[in-house]
Amino acid sequence: MSDTAALANTGLAKLIFGRLSFESLPFHEPILIATFAGVCLGGLALVAGLTYFRLWGYLWKEWFTSVDHKKIGIMYMVLGLVMFLRGFADALMMRAQQAMAFNGSEGFLPAHHYDQVFTAHGVIMIFFVAMPFVTGLMNYIVPLQIGARDVSFPFLNNFSFWMTTGGAILVMISLFVGEFAKTGWLAYPPLSNLGYSPDVGVDYYIWALQVAGVGTTLSGINLIATIVKMRCPGMTMMKMPVFTWTSLCTNVLIVASFPVLTACLVLLSLDRYVGTNFFTNDLGGNPMMYVNLIWIWGHPEVYILVLPVFGVFSEVTSTFSGKKLFGYTSMVYATIVITILSYLVWLHHFFTMGSGASVNSFFGITTMIISIPTGAKIFNWLFTMYRGRIRFELPMMWTIAFMLTFVIGGMTGVLLAVPPADFVLHNSLFLIAHFHNVIIGGVVFGVFAAINFWFPKAFGFKLNRFWGLVSFWCWVPGFWLAFAPLYVLGLMGVTRRLRVFDDPSLQIWFVLAALGALLIAAGIGALLVQIAYSIWKRNELRDTTGDPWNARTLEWATSSPPPDYNFAFTPVVHDNDAWYDMKSRGYQRPLQGFKPIHMPKNTGAGIILSAFATALGFALIWYMWLFAAVCFTALVAGAIYHTFNYKRDFHIPVDQVINTEAERTKLLSAQVVS
Amino acid sequence: MSADAHASHGHDDAHGRGHDDGRDHGSFKSYMTGFILSVILTAIPFWLVMTGAIENKNWTIAIVVAFAMVQIVVHMIYFLHMNTTSDAGWTMMALIFTVIVVVIALSGSLWVMYHLNVNMMPVHDMRNMP
Amino acid sequence: MSAPIQTISGAAPVFYVVDEHDHPPGGSTMLGFWLYLMSDCLIFAMLFATFGVLGTSYAAGPGPKDLFDLKLVAINTAMLLFSSITYGFAMLEMMKGRVKSTQMWLAITGLFGLAFLCIELYEFHHMIHEGAGPWRSAFLSSFFTLVGTHGLHVTFGIIWLVTLMVQVAKFGLIEANQRRLMCLSMFWHFLDVVWIGVFTFVYLMGVLR
Repeated sequence: MSDTAALANTGLAKLIFGRLSFESLPFHEPILIATFAGVCLGGLALVAGLTYFRLWGYLWKEWFTSVDHKKIGIMYMVLGLVMFLRGFADALMMRAQQAMAFNGSEGFLPAHHYDQVFTAHGVIMIFFVAMPFVTGLMNYIVPLQIGARDVSFPFLNNFSFWMTTGGAILVMISLFVGEFAKTGWLAYPPLSNLGYSPDVGVDYYIWALQVAGVGTTLSGINLIATIVKMRCPGMTMMKMPVFTWTSLCTNVLIVASFPVLTACLVLLSLDRYVGTNFFTNDLGGNPMMYVNLIWIWGHPEVYILVLPVFGVFSEVTSTFSGKKLFGYTSMVYATIVITILSYLVWLHHFFTMGSGASVNSFFGITTMIISIPTGAKIFNWLFTMYRGRIRFELPMMWTIAFMLTFVIGGMTGVLLAVPPADFVLHNSLFLIAHFHNVIIGGVVFGVFAAINFWFPKAFGFKLNRFWGLVSFWCWVPGFWLAFAPLYVLGLMGVTRRLRVFDDPSLQIWFVLAALGALLIAAGIGALLVQIAYSIWKRNELRDTTGDPWNARTLEWATSSPPPDYNFAFTPVVHDNDAWYDMKSRGYQRPLQGFKPIHMPKNTGAGIILSAFATALGFALIWYMWLFAAVCFTALVAGAIYHTFNYKRDFHIPVDQVINTEAERTKLLSAQVVS
Repeated sequence: MSADAHASHGHDDAHGRGHDDGRDHGSFKSYMTGFILSVILTAIPFWLVMTGAIENKNWTIAIVVAFAMVQIVVHMIYFLHMNTTSDAGWTMMALIFTVIVVVIALSGSLWVMYHLNVNMMPVHDMRNMP
Repeated sequence: MSAPIQTISGAAPVFYVVDEHDHPPGGSTMLGFWLYLMSDCLIFAMLFATFGVLGTSYAAGPGPKDLFDLKLVAINTAMLLFSSITYGFAMLEMMKGRVKSTQMWLAITGLFGLAFLCIELYEFHHMIHEGAGPWRSAFLSSFFTLVGTHGLHVTFGIIWLVTLMVQVAKFGLIEANQRRLMCLSMFWHFLDVVWIGVFTFVYLMGVLR
């Protein structure tokens, strides 16, 4: 009797909780318990603080449900920054482990934990740091640069952000409930198949990326439509700022490559959930097909990350050199060429697979060709600086550090593009050094340049220069100290993802790399201090002009921070450097004739729908089929319900516009008097 | 791309949206033309394969694929109303780009995986192995 | 837009639009939806690529000749083709602003779609019953996934169609609904285009092989 009751009980528990049980919580891992306790306390403090200061309503009304591209852009940047700290903590742990694990020492991370750490580091840094950073920048800057009031699909923009966040939340949950994948950041089968990874780790990986991937694809579609349809009068394609151009190409790449990732992960999840044989070793499956598919997405992804920051560097170089960008047309065409070529090189990630000489030489040559348009860009920036009046403000310093660092990363990339050389260096630490060289030297430095450049636009005050310099001088030498040893180790034949080492002569290089990582940690600390200090001293750093750098493109034509409607009157553009043209030809800011402004309305649908999607992902990870069905139904029903809302816009009353603009007039005239 | 042709197009469609944006909505005649063409272009390949009217298999395959390509174009024109003017040519541009990427990814995958199988698989025929 | 863009020589350049009107919502919708379809097209392309690579890996199991019934596929193709033309008629009626006949043609379209789905499900059921499920071989895995993904799209298309019929019934053929019907029209015809690839490369060429 009681046996059957217990059985029925477990049956019911299984229906509700699936694989999830108390054993799924990592009580046996002291590191995780300590982290978990820390996160819980921090989270509680945050919740208590928000409640105490009655900020929940404000956050919900003004931020979470906002469809304003500027606020969504800022939220993306915050997400990127938070996840950056998590991803960097993983990096520190890896560096410490590898520096310690010599002479019989096992280090401090057990194998199954170390494997999760390097997987999580890669996944987080690419999908939840670099992607939110570049998406956030594009979201904030592009509509302002093209003189628009918002993106084409404001609701979709909010939804995209929350889907990305949902993916990030799933990765963070995996830290404390269950485990993350132990497969490396691309989860190659057969290792990631059910036979070798029976636990929830790979499922967390799959669903986190699928949920976030929907957001990324939709935001790509949104921004393409925005750039194509919402440009202000006079802005032809060849009068678009370079950042907008690179954003357009980036989003084209997103829309044309993320579906490949989606398809590839769907096939992997079918293998894991349904028992199909796509990537298995038996019954006709072929694991290398996964590698092939995922790199068809993976290589364009690299350019998705780096193209927007190429745009950032173009804006920064021309602003701080006080000159028009050299070779605008060649810059645009180089970007387009990179966009197309990025689809022709994917095999260089697996030269060693064994496709033979003909295939390898084709992809080797296309890979080398792609360095030509990139080189053209470098020369364009150099020629822009040539005979310019260069102001060494922080954004410009990051740009110069980028040029010096990225060129070397690019050259080691060409080295790896030679198939015979790649057979020696494949999966070695040389490769690790190479791609950190281009991603940190390119994307991260670019994001820092962008943050320092556009921060005053977004918040109305500049970032403190001293702490910015501290961060800069920790980061750049820290980067080289951390990764130059990896080049050396890679050439000596050390492969990636190793946990312990036998050869004691290698230890010194790993210790040096760990010191480099510590220096970078100081750089990150300085960045946080820079932001905090600048908020504290915001009144001294205040920008009342809206154009603190004497810059050249439209986003500087409006106030800092811009009003909700961006521009009281839609600008008309005559030149590439539209704002510079306006300044030099005696533009007078309009003081009357304001009209009510037509704007999209905020909605909570985005956050609610993506909450359903995230819950659905969680349910599928843990085989909670009942809960999954409920979430799926809620998602579809919620989406349909949302389409019954036809009233999605409103008018900002003219009085409000007049008041906002009068404030600005007061600020500007105070500026002139002082 | 004709950069200047759609100068300031971004705001042109503020008025009269849906009609002067170069989009074609089709007529009874165009839908019927498309439908009849599709029926013919579908029926012939099915007939060829089901009856084995052509002895040579490779010819049959070539003809069937050619009919599919033509039918895809027919659907694009008569049902999806593709033209070079809607949204100032951007729909066509998106389509061309997608076709390029699809061709690269499809043919590239087949090429790469074929060479992999040739080089890395054992010589004997694996298809009849369990 | 009435704002002068060109600068008359001598006169002060115009830097902003003085006489601005509201932008009706949805100006970018058709382009945006087309871009979505292009991204969907890539998902199908990858499934086709997978089928191309794994489609001959029978693992000593049944192959296309043993499994495919071309008569059934021909009927199925006809269902989809009919649904395309009936959707076309619905769009023509919508242009004329006739709610009732639009709704009727939409309903017929949905029924054809439903018939297509039923036949496909029957085919799947039959194959699985014969021991040729998606887990049997890589060929069957890629077959079920490619055809099943198309079927899943048709399913969502039908759900969307029903939703739109309710909305048209409730709010009439207002501009927003017209726009939505045009998006669904693109979606529906797009699925038809994908099906051309499916019946050619999967069924016909499978039987020929």
